[in-house]
Amino acid sequence: MKHHTFKLTLPILFGYIPLGMAFGVLFSTQLDYAWWIAPLMGLVIYAGAGQILAVSLLAANAGLAEVAIAMFVLNARHLFYGLSLLGQFRGAGWRKAYLIFGLTDETYSLLTSRPRSDDRLYEQAIDFRITAFNQVYWIIGCTLGAVLAEMVAFDSTGIEFALVALFIVLTIEQLKALGDSFPVWAGAAAAALSMALVPPTHQLVAGIVIVTAVLLLHYRKHRNQKLAAEVSRG
Amino acid sequence: MVESYYLAAFIAVSALATFATRVVPFLFFERHTDHPLVKHIGRFLPAAVMALLATVFLQRSATWQATLPGLDALLPALLVVMIHLWRRNALLSIAAGTVAYMAAQQSGLFAPGL
Repeated sequence: MKHHTFKLTLPILFGYIPLGMAFGVLFSTQLDYAWWIAPLMGLVIYAGAGQILAVSLLAANAGLAEVAIAMFVLNARHLFYGLSLLGQFRGAGWRKAYLIFGLTDETYSLLTSRPRSDDRLYEQAIDFRITAFNQVYWIIGCTLGAVLAEMVAFDSTGIEFALVALFIVLTIEQLKALGDSFPVWAGAAAAALSMALVPPTHQLVAGIVIVTAVLLLHYRKHRNQKLAAEVSRG
Repeated sequence: MVESYYLAAFIAVSALATFATRVVPFLFFERHTDHPLVKHIGRFLPAAVMALLATVFLQRSATWQATLPGLDALLPALLVVMIHLWRRNALLSIAAGTVAYMAAQQSGLFAPGL
């Protein structure tokens, strides 16, 4: 099982080490704090985009209320992630709090796209391992980046593209798991619309609100078609 | 000393705000797991959100004032898609795209006004 989990999370390892390093490098080059604060943030905050945003907030000495709002809004997409995992996490006991804490974009994507047996407790144990493995990779990345940036000077310009590449790969994986391209087009269109209408700081939230509204309409259409089919049959 | 109190409070607030976004569905929707609407959203939202994130961050990493607008990020992104469809190896796709993007940025190949 351990070997299996490691293999399953390997793509996340290769995504999180460079991403965590990008955060660590940013942290060390922009701030004057001790290097170990970077992995500490990976341990207790554990959010990729959130931690990168945190560096700029720390550098600006932002007020705590502003920090709370900024982090909540940036991570607001997570509000919807739990919806697909409510059933899977039910009855997970002591593991549940950690499973919820560790629900990053990538962990979510892995947990929702992997094949599952009917043995829920067994699958929850695997979910727990996957979540823990991913966080360990993330913390290793944060550490490496923060330490290396203090030791060697290397041109890391553009390393943040790993985030974009990761999301592209995850989109393709979701598309293959779902076999329906509608949500992908809806997501891209919602992004385009929110980028055209809203300032950068609110684009993610606006896009998510738009695409959720589209999915609600999609649901109504589905349901009406189903009802119509039943009526014509009956 | 004030500095380290600020840092500790900053990290605590960030951690709580992040956890709050993840725990809310479990606090408020626990009883409605089998509702067809919740199932529908849960099934289709992941793909939609990934496409949304990819689009937004791709747009932000591109230089739109260049002679060939956006190509500095669009070409590496295309490379990620092609390599991923070809080998379906996440590491390879991400590494290839990131290296291509870093090379484009550091060489100034697609710099504005070129």
